Amino acid sequence: MKISKYLSIVLAVLALGVTGVSSAGTLDDVKERGHLQCGINTGLTGFAFTDDAGNWQGFDVALCQAVAAAVFGDASAVKYTNLTGKTRFEALKAGEVDMLSRNTTWTYSRDVDLKLTFLGVNYYDGQGFIVPASLGVSSATELEGASVCIQTGTTTELNLADFFRSNNMNYEPVPIETNEEARNSYLAGRCDVYTTDRSGLAATRASLDDPENHVVLPEIISKEPLGPLVRHGDDEWGDIVRWALNVLIIAEEKGITKDNVRAMAAETQKDAELNRMFGTEGEYGAMLGLSADWVVNVLAAVGNYGEIFEQYLGVNTDIGLARGVNALWTDGGLIYAPPYR
Amino acid sequence: MIIQIMVIVIVLTLLGFFIRNTLNNLELLGREAGYGFLFTPSNYDINQHLIEYNSRSTHLRATIVGLINTGLVAICGIVLATIIGFVAGVLRLSSNFLINRIVYAFVEFSRNVPVLLWILLWHGVMVHSLPHPKQAVTIADVSFLTNRGFYVPKPLLEPMFWWVAVALVIGIAGAAMFARYSQKRQEATGQRYPVIWINSAVIIVLPLLAYWMAGSPATLEMPVFKGFNFQGGLVLTPEFLALTLALAVYTGAFIAEIVRAGILAVSHGQTEAAYALGLKSNWTMRLVILPQALRVIVPPMISQYLNLTKNSSLAIAVGYMDVVATIGGISLNQTGRALECMSIVLSIYLCISLLISAFMNWYNKKISLVER
Amino acid sequence: MAEQNQQDYVPGTHASLPPPISQVGIAGWMRKNLFSSPSNVILTIVAVYFLYKVIPPILNWAIFDAVFSDVDHRNECREIAAGACWAVVRARFDQFLYGFYPDYLRWRVNLTFVLMFVALIPLLYDQVPKRKYLLWFSLIYPFLAFFMLWGGLGLEPVESAKFGGFLLTVLIGMTGIVVSLPLGIALSLGRHSSMPVVKMLSVWYIEFFRGVPLITLLFVASTLLNYFMPPGTYFDLLLRVIIMVILFSAAYIAEVIRGGLAAIPKGQFEAADALGLTYGKSMRLIILPQALKISIPGIVNTFIGLYKDTTLVVVVGLLDPLGISRATLADSSWQGLSTELYIFIAVGFFISCFAMSRYSLYLERKLDTGHRDK
Repeated sequence: MKISKYLSIVLAVLALGVTGVSSAGTLDDVKERGHLQCGINTGLTGFAFTDDAGNWQGFDVALCQAVAAAVFGDASAVKYTNLTGKTRFEALKAGEVDMLSRNTTWTYSRDVDLKLTFLGVNYYDGQGFIVPASLGVSSATELEGASVCIQTGTTTELNLADFFRSNNMNYEPVPIETNEEARNSYLAGRCDVYTTDRSGLAATRASLDDPENHVVLPEIISKEPLGPLVRHGDDEWGDIVRWALNVLIIAEEKGITKDNVRAMAAETQKDAELNRMFGTEGEYGAMLGLSADWVVNVLAAVGNYGEIFEQYLGVNTDIGLARGVNALWTDGGLIYAPPYR
Repeated sequence: MIIQIMVIVIVLTLLGFFIRNTLNNLELLGREAGYGFLFTPSNYDINQHLIEYNSRSTHLRATIVGLINTGLVAICGIVLATIIGFVAGVLRLSSNFLINRIVYAFVEFSRNVPVLLWILLWHGVMVHSLPHPKQAVTIADVSFLTNRGFYVPKPLLEPMFWWVAVALVIGIAGAAMFARYSQKRQEATGQRYPVIWINSAVIIVLPLLAYWMAGSPATLEMPVFKGFNFQGGLVLTPEFLALTLALAVYTGAFIAEIVRAGILAVSHGQTEAAYALGLKSNWTMRLVILPQALRVIVPPMISQYLNLTKNSSLAIAVGYMDVVATIGGISLNQTGRALECMSIVLSIYLCISLLISAFMNWYNKKISLVER
Repeated sequence: MAEQNQQDYVPGTHASLPPPISQVGIAGWMRKNLFSSPSNVILTIVAVYFLYKVIPPILNWAIFDAVFSDVDHRNECREIAAGACWAVVRARFDQFLYGFYPDYLRWRVNLTFVLMFVALIPLLYDQVPKRKYLLWFSLIYPFLAFFMLWGGLGLEPVESAKFGGFLLTVLIGMTGIVVSLPLGIALSLGRHSSMPVVKMLSVWYIEFFRGVPLITLLFVASTLLNYFMPPGTYFDLLLRVIIMVILFSAAYIAEVIRGGLAAIPKGQFEAADALGLTYGKSMRLIILPQALKISIPGIVNTFIGLYKDTTLVVVVGLLDPLGISRATLADSSWQGLSTELYIFIAVGFFISCFAMSRYSLYLERKLDTGHRDK
C-alpha cells in the first residue's frame, strides 16, 4: 500500500513535469509554428490528389490553402497529413492536424459523441449507385441478390446495410479499402454495382473508357453533407475555418474572383459588405485575430467557391460534375453563407 | 537483487505513466473506456459469415464472425502452404535442370516480394482474369468458377448425420489405438502390420457404414445462376481465395527452403545404414529419413504457420472480413472506440500465438534428442 | 586380324578416344539433366509446356506491346499499344524514389544513401583497410543521416510528411534494425539472465511483440499512441511508426541473438567466470562478440523481413511505394494502371531483397567454414 502510494506521487510529479505544454489555442499554435497542419485524404479524384510535380491539389486541399492564406496571407504555408478513414478522427483529436478537410460526412454521432465540430458544408453529397447499362437495371430497388462494391470505413457502409434491410433485399457486400481498387473491381465485374457518394460516382464514371455504358441510378439513399471540421472546444479557431469557407461562398455570390479581387479591394465599393470583407471598413479581421485584408488574401490565393468547384470538379474537368444542389442558393442550390456583417 | 527492484520500479513507473495519461486523455475527451458498445447493433453487413449474422447483430457477434474468418484463412493457408512447401522443397532437389530452376525462381520470387503485394496481385488476377458469372467456367455442371468466387455444392446435413460424425471419431480413436499397439509390437518383435492401410480403411469405412445405416442423411444444395449471381451452394470469394493463395504461396516458399534444408541435413550414411539393415527403400524413407528430417523441419515450419496466421491480418487490403477488418476496422470506425477495439484485436492474436508456441514447446520437448 | 588391330592401337601412342557424343556437350548435358529417366522426361515436357504457356504472354505484355515513351495520360498509352503502360512509372519515378522530398534537396537523400554503404561496409566485411576509422564513421552515421534528411542547423529543414517512396522504405527499415539492435541485445541478455524478474519481463516483452501482427501495432501507433502520452504532446506519424517498428523488431532481434547465445559452448561462460571477469566484462569481451558474429545472418534475415514489412505502413496512410501508387492511381490521368505499378514495386523489392538474401547466404557459408576449422 505504502509503495503504491509513493509510486503514485512519483507518477503525478512525472506527469506534471511532462504536461508542462499547455495549449494556448490553436490559432496561436499555428502562428507560432508558421504553417497550418491540414488533414486530407490519401487520394480521392478531384478532392485530393497529387499532380505530376508532387503537389497536393483538389477541392478539399483548396480549403486548407484558403485557411492558410487567411492566417498567414500565404496559401502555401500549409503542410498536409494524409489520413485514412480510420486514422482521421484520432489524428484530429490528438492535435496532429489543426483541421480536417477530408470529405467527411457531418453526422450526429461524430459531432456529439466523437466531440468534433463541423463548420459548415462545402459539398452536399448523397450516396448513389452506378451499374453497367447492360445489366438492364433502372432502379436500386431491382438490385435483389446483387454484389455491391463499397469503400470500407465510411458511412456508406451503414447506409447500404440500412437501405437493403429496409427494402427487404439480400445482397453481397464487397468491402474495399480505396476508391481506386473499388473502381477496378467494379470494372472487372467483381460486383454488379458500385456505391459511393455521387461525386465519387461521377468521377469514377468520367474516368471510364466507355462512360456511356454505365448509368448512375436515380436513387440517392443518404444525405452526405461533407465539410471541414476541428476539435471541440476551440471556438476561435473554428470560427476562422468556418469563415474561410463562408467568404469563398459570399465571394462567388458577389462576383469576386481570383483575378479581380486585388483590383476590387483597391478601391472603395458601393456595396458595404464588400468593404467590410476587404478590410477597408471596420475591424472585422482583428475580431478573428487575423489581418484586415485576410479575405483578399484568401480569394487571391484560391479564388471563390465557384472557381474552386470548376477547377477541380466542374464540367470542364475529367470528373465533369454539374453544380446541382451545390449551386448557390440564388441559383436554386443549397450553398448559402451567412452575411459578412 | 537491487537491479531487479530497480527494473520493477522503472517498469511500473512507465506503466503507471501510460495508464495515467490514458485516463487523463479519456477524461479530456469526455469519454469512458468500456466494452458496452460490443452489445449494440453493428449496423453493417459481412459477406462471409459461417454463423448467423446480419446488420442487426451485435459488434460482439461481428468480432466472432471475423475471428472465424481469420481461423478459416489460417487453416486453409497452412494446409496449402505445407503442400506447396513440401512439393517445391522436394522438386528443388530434383536432378532435372529445368524443374530445379523453375522451382528456384518460384521460391526466390515468392520470398523476396512483400506478401502484401502478393495479396494485391493475386486479387487483381482473380478479379480480372476469371470470367463473369454469366460465362462461368463450370466443372461438371455442379461447380462454377467466376470472378465472384468459386461456387460448389453445399451439403445440407440432417440431424441423423451426427451418427456419421460419431463413427468418424470412433474410427480415429480406434486407428490411434491400433497404431500404438503395432508400434509396441514392432519394438518388441520387429514385425510390422501395414498400419497405414488398415487405419485408412478403418477411418473411411466406419463413417461410410454409419452414413448408409442412418439412411443417407445429407443432400447437396447446388449453386444456380439466378438474377445477378449464383444463388445457393457454397461460395469461396475471390478475396478469400486471393488471401489464402497469396499467403500459402509466400509461406510455402519459405517452407520449401526449410524442407530442402531438412532433407539435406539427414546424412547419407543413415540411408546406407538402413539399406545395410535390409530395410526396403520406402521403409527407409518412412522409418529412418523422414523422422530425422522432420525433427529439423517441424520447429521452423510451425513458426512459419504462426507467421502465416499473423499475416492473415493483411486481409484488410483486399476487403476480406477477418478479425482486424471487423472489430479492428469497421466497428472501430463506426464507434470511434479505438482503445477498446484495438485491445480486443491484440489480445486475440496474442492468445493465438501463445497457443501455437505452447504447442511448439511441447513438440520440441517431445522430439528433442536425448543424448548420452 | 586381331594382332594387326592390336598393333594399330599400341597403348600410349594414341590420344584417348573422346567420350561418346551422347555423354558430353549439349547432348550429354541434356541427357544427364533433362532426360535421365522416364519420370524426368515427363517432368521436362511439363516444364517446357509450362514455360511456353507462361513466358511469351508475359513478355508481350511487359515488353513488346508495352509503352515506354513519355506520355501524360493512360488513354495515350492505350492508343499506342495494348500492353503495359510503363509511362506511369516514368512520370512518377522520382516520387517512387523520394516521395515528395523537394527536388532541389534530393542530393541530400542521394548522399545519405551512398554514405550508408560507406557506413555499412566496415560492419559487413571485416577485411577493409582502415576498418577502425571507418567503424567510427559507422557510429556517427545515424546522427549524420538524421541531420541530412530532416535538415536543421543551417540545412533547410524538410518535414516528415514529404518523405515517401523507397526512401521511406529504406529509412524505416534501417532505423528499425539499427536502433532495435541494442534493445534486442539487452532483451536477449535479459532472457538469458539468471534474475527471475528481468527474465520474466524480457520474455513477456518478446512474446507480446512477436505474438501480434505488425499491422495491428501500426494501427496502435496511428490511433492509440497519443492516448498513452501526456495530453498536448504529440509526435508525427512517421516517428510513431518508426517507434513501433523498433519495438517490434527488437523482439525479433532478441530471439536471433538468443540463438547466438545458445550456440556458444558453456565452457566459454565458465572460462570467463574462471578468469574472474565481471558480468559486464565477460559479456562485452567474450560472449557477445562470438554471439553477435553467429547472429549476423539471422540479423540480415530479420532486416529483409522488416524491409518487406515496411509496405504495411500504407495502411496507416504513410506514402511508401504502395502509398505513392495509391496517390498516383487517384490522379484521373493514371487511373486503372494498378498492375503496372504493383509489378514495378514488386521488382524493386525483389532486386533489393534478393541481393540481401544472397549476402546473408554468403555470410552463413563464410561463418560455417570458420566454425569447422576450429
